[in-house]
Amino acid sequence: MNIKRIVFVGVGGQGNLLSSRVLGEAALLAGMPVNVSEVHGMAQRGGVVESAVVLGGALSSIVSDGEADVLIGFEPSETLRALGKCSKETTVITNVTPLMPFTVAVGKGVYPDIKEALKLIQEKVKRLIALNADALAEEAGSAMAVNIVMLGALAQSNTVPITADQMKEALKMNIKQKLWDTNLKAFDLGFEAASKV
Amino acid sequence: MHELLKGKPGDKMLLLGNEAIARGAIEAGLAFATAYPGTPSSEVALNFYQIKQESDLYFEYSTNEKVALEVAAGAAVSGLRTMVTMKHVGLNVAADPLMTLAYTGVNGGMVVLTADDPSLFSSQNEQDNRYYARLSGLPMLEPTTPQEAKDMTLEAFDLSEKLKLPVLLRTTTRINHSRGIVTLGKIRPRQTQGSFKKDPFSYVTVPAVSRNLHIKLIQKYDQALQLSNQSPFNEIIGAGKWGIITVGVSFDYVQDALEDLKAKGSFSILKVGFSYPFPEEIAKKFLSQVEKVLVIEELEPIMEENLRAVAQTLGRNIPIQGKGIGQLNRLFEYEPARVRTSIAQYFGLPYQGRPTVDLSNVPPLPGRPPNLCPGCPHRSTFYAVKQVAGDEAIYPTDIGCYTLGLLPPLSMADFLICMGSSVSSAAGFAKATGKHVIAFIGDSTFFHSGITGLINAVHNNHKFTLVILNNETTAMTGHQPHPGVNMALLGQPNTQISIEEVVRGIGVKQISVVAPRKVKETKEAVQKSLDYNGVSVIISQEICPLYAKRVAPPAKTRTFMVSESRCKNHRDCVNLFACPAFYLEENRVKINENLCIGCAVCSQVCPENAIMPRK
Repeated sequence: MNIKRIVFVGVGGQGNLLSSRVLGEAALLAGMPVNVSEVHGMAQRGGVVESAVVLGGALSSIVSDGEADVLIGFEPSETLRALGKCSKETTVITNVTPLMPFTVAVGKGVYPDIKEALKLIQEKVKRLIALNADALAEEAGSAMAVNIVMLGALAQSNTVPITADQMKEALKMNIKQKLWDTNLKAFDLGFEAASKV
Repeated sequence: MHELLKGKPGDKMLLLGNEAIARGAIEAGLAFATAYPGTPSSEVALNFYQIKQESDLYFEYSTNEKVALEVAAGAAVSGLRTMVTMKHVGLNVAADPLMTLAYTGVNGGMVVLTADDPSLFSSQNEQDNRYYARLSGLPMLEPTTPQEAKDMTLEAFDLSEKLKLPVLLRTTTRINHSRGIVTLGKIRPRQTQGSFKKDPFSYVTVPAVSRNLHIKLIQKYDQALQLSNQSPFNEIIGAGKWGIITVGVSFDYVQDALEDLKAKGSFSILKVGFSYPFPEEIAKKFLSQVEKVLVIEELEPIMEENLRAVAQTLGRNIPIQGKGIGQLNRLFEYEPARVRTSIAQYFGLPYQGRPTVDLSNVPPLPGRPPNLCPGCPHRSTFYAVKQVAGDEAIYPTDIGCYTLGLLPPLSMADFLICMGSSVSSAAGFAKATGKHVIAFIGDSTFFHSGITGLINAVHNNHKFTLVILNNETTAMTGHQPHPGVNMALLGQPNTQISIEEVVRGIGVKQISVVAPRKVKETKEAVQKSLDYNGVSVIISQEICPLYAKRVAPPAKTRTFMVSESRCKNHRDCVNLFACPAFYLEENRVKINENLCIGCAVCSQVCPENAIMPRK
């Protein structure tokens, strides 16, 4: 079976682990072998959070440098930081709304120019899908739904052998029923936005 | 109903390794479990804690790992199936009972989970706890996937009852925190009533008894070795002339690597799962069918040495290599490419990986280290202490969220080795340097390992200040209860033990209890403590805001803002206090009101009183 390696990066609090879990459960629904790796503990206090989903029958659950088929970044500077996971065969799906690290506020770092960053990524990888996931999440009715917008974009990108319906089904299994409408809307908005890129 | 109790035999679930272990224990009829939380083991205990609420499973968060193991020992000797979970360094704390519990043995199956952390994702060291099996003489199992984690947990209980010994289940972060598809099995009924038959000459380890018990333990080794040699978890896969011996998560990387290298047919893999006693007979068979061996194991070269010893007894002189080949060494976790390139190099296989994109023109990125949350009371305490005691004082710290006080601009951590070391090392620093020493310890850590150090300090007339950061929970590992927690907030009978009374009972004469959000009062307490000639304690009392949000949501809080007219851009707020809710916009400090929880400490920090609540 064709193995697909998907890496999710973001900032603690952006719901990274829920996205990789939903993709994993969707794979289970699709009858596809899947492994997911997560980062817990100290790394979550506002730091970088990375998770990975490996589809198609590999035993490993983590992805080495250069070996991601898809990189999904919930925050543009984190997408850039994780670029080492990519080769020229990688599809990158990134949110364009920055979440300033505190180091910038205390003058210990400079935040990269977003346009330049996107151009840089575009030049290096197979395909770049950039969207304003924060705006779409707001539009769906919850600023917290950035992670679900990104999943919608992944479903549209045609990079994984899992359908949007399977992902939505898995999503519903993993969130409270009262959040279904907002999150399904966020998913659809992400899906739509990716089709226009 | 709890998710892990729902599934029927044959159902498939996507489980975290830790969930799979918990489910395995439940399937095995686990009756009694104890734990002290610690990444990457915490979710096993969390699931027991939740399942306890709706079943007759006994579970407790014990004060520390030694206590957890001893509590469980009583239950296991009385015939109950017991489990004790901890992180790798937790087993250091529990090592004392473990070593001699191996002598007395147990009657009900006992499984001790040691969750190791290669690469130190959330730990102070990356010690290899496979040595504990060798040190204690206890059998060890090491799973390669969440499915196997469940299967081995079940097997470990049976094995424990067969040998009448505790069994060590050793995982690594990548097993604990990976999800995989797990097929559920039948849940065996739970036997919750134990009985104890007195037999002091088997259970009271005075020298005369222990001499006999050690003989028994050595005999059990022979029996365990036989079981290891017959175990389906130790298996030779393939019949090629090239050999790889591997264990734990490395097995996954090896399998994937041979697939990628299209070289499966050339290899025999010895997959070791029942890793201690090392399955010598299987290893002999393996050695006789291969001409060259690569040992792929994370951290220490333990199997490498085992295998060389077996080869020597067999008189088989073939190359056996491990550490030092390719990217294989004793540091950090292995990963797929590290294993793949090392195999390719050792066996001379052609391999062209997918090159990583060129990163040379990626601009330097601002760091995003983990940070104390907005409104975290630890930040307020650190700020006040530093204002009074400055950079000259020495600040031993301890294990918890507050270890993040290490980072600038707070920089309030000078020494840390293990749980409880803040208190005891403070005594040494103070005596040796004559400087002001202010040690920091969290509430859970204080109960875990701080109390004995404090007693020692009082008894030996030391002079330093201990700040107990009481945020009323075990925050870092996910808000587990501890003896000082108000259990009523969690809907349970309250058994709260007052830290202040403990400290008073120990004999500390200078005690201040402060609310760290009151900066002036906190600073005064710090000054008073520094002036005191002896052991002084400051209890800094404020509930963790993340925890409060869950158990006792505060009334609506006012967020704060920076008044543009008043702000003179001193930036004490950013440079000294450094709450992550601050950001700069056009060179002016602003407050992200989505992050601000209204703790009001920054308004006390600003020399211009420019930070004020939004009306």
